[in-house]
Amino acid sequence: MTIPEIFKILQEKFPDAELTLEEMNPDSIIRLRTDLIADISQFLKDDPDLSFDSLMCLSGIETVEELQTVYHLYSNLHDHKVTLRVGGSKEEELIVPTVSHIWPTAEWHERESFDFYGIKYKDHPDPRRILLPDDWEGFPLRKEYEPQKKWHKIPMTAIDYKEEEGDES
Amino acid sequence: MGLIEGRFEPNIVVTSADAILNWARSRSIWPLTFGLACCAIEMMATNASRFDLDRFGIFPRPTPRQSDCLLVSGTVTAKMGERLVTLYEQMSEPRYVISMGSCANSGGPYCDHGYHVVKGVDQIIPVDVYIPGCPPRPEALIEGYLKLRELIEKETIAKSKV
Repeated sequence: MTIPEIFKILQEKFPDAELTLEEMNPDSIIRLRTDLIADISQFLKDDPDLSFDSLMCLSGIETVEELQTVYHLYSNLHDHKVTLRVGGSKEEELIVPTVSHIWPTAEWHERESFDFYGIKYKDHPDPRRILLPDDWEGFPLRKEYEPQKKWHKIPMTAIDYKEEEGDES
Repeated sequence: MGLIEGRFEPNIVVTSADAILNWARSRSIWPLTFGLACCAIEMMATNASRFDLDRFGIFPRPTPRQSDCLLVSGTVTAKMGERLVTLYEQMSEPRYVISMGSCANSGGPYCDHGYHVVKGVDQIIPVDVYIPGCPPRPEALIEGYLKLRELIEKETIAKSKV
């Protein structure tokens, strides 16, 4: 099944999901309302004609205006793929319903996207950081991120020898 | 702290004792197996049959309590830096540190934008020998060990390590 066909099925099933098809080469992306991602994912997995049984990748993205989460789905049964995108303005906290009860692999992916972008996942079973230490400040892949100078007494900045020489003289 | 520092009058001559201790220490440097990044591949190659570090008496150990030398081979992140200090503190004296490769020396390619990388392992533990390279070739690592051997040969039990 091609992506426009899947898009048509979704439009009939979820008329109020604000679905848009973002034309892209080679594969288009389906944009949808953030709070419906769990329902639509459940439908995509359960429907016998679609049966997306595998979440290949879940990524966080920061663009100029907004934070986004992108889902790459694949069906082993029908050998077709689809990409979903949800997102919200950077001004406020982005809270996305979790899909970890549908595809268990999403649990760690969602933790990673929280770790680096600060995207929160509603009803996530274990909403902690995954790679960085628990007491890390800020979300490192955000544009406005300022690196910490010190973490647990470990200096994180290079020694500025020019500055040191200037102080002595 | 030197072994007999401050325990005798200052006219004790220790040359022969120094010679035999330094000979023993410098000919059996046992490094801690501590591979962190691509430098670890070179470290493994140097320990393996082609370059054969065993002919210098250098033999990797799996625990800090049996090792004399900490070979930091690779990128030290903040999270690993904390563990690195713990491992260094667990080693018994005399202990030495070799910093291998650009990442361990100064942060290397992560110096400007690596928010999570320690910019030089010498900021958290004292380093005896620096080996430049990204990663250094096995010959460079052998040269580093030979430099460390020279350092050990200059030591004396009457004075602490400077």
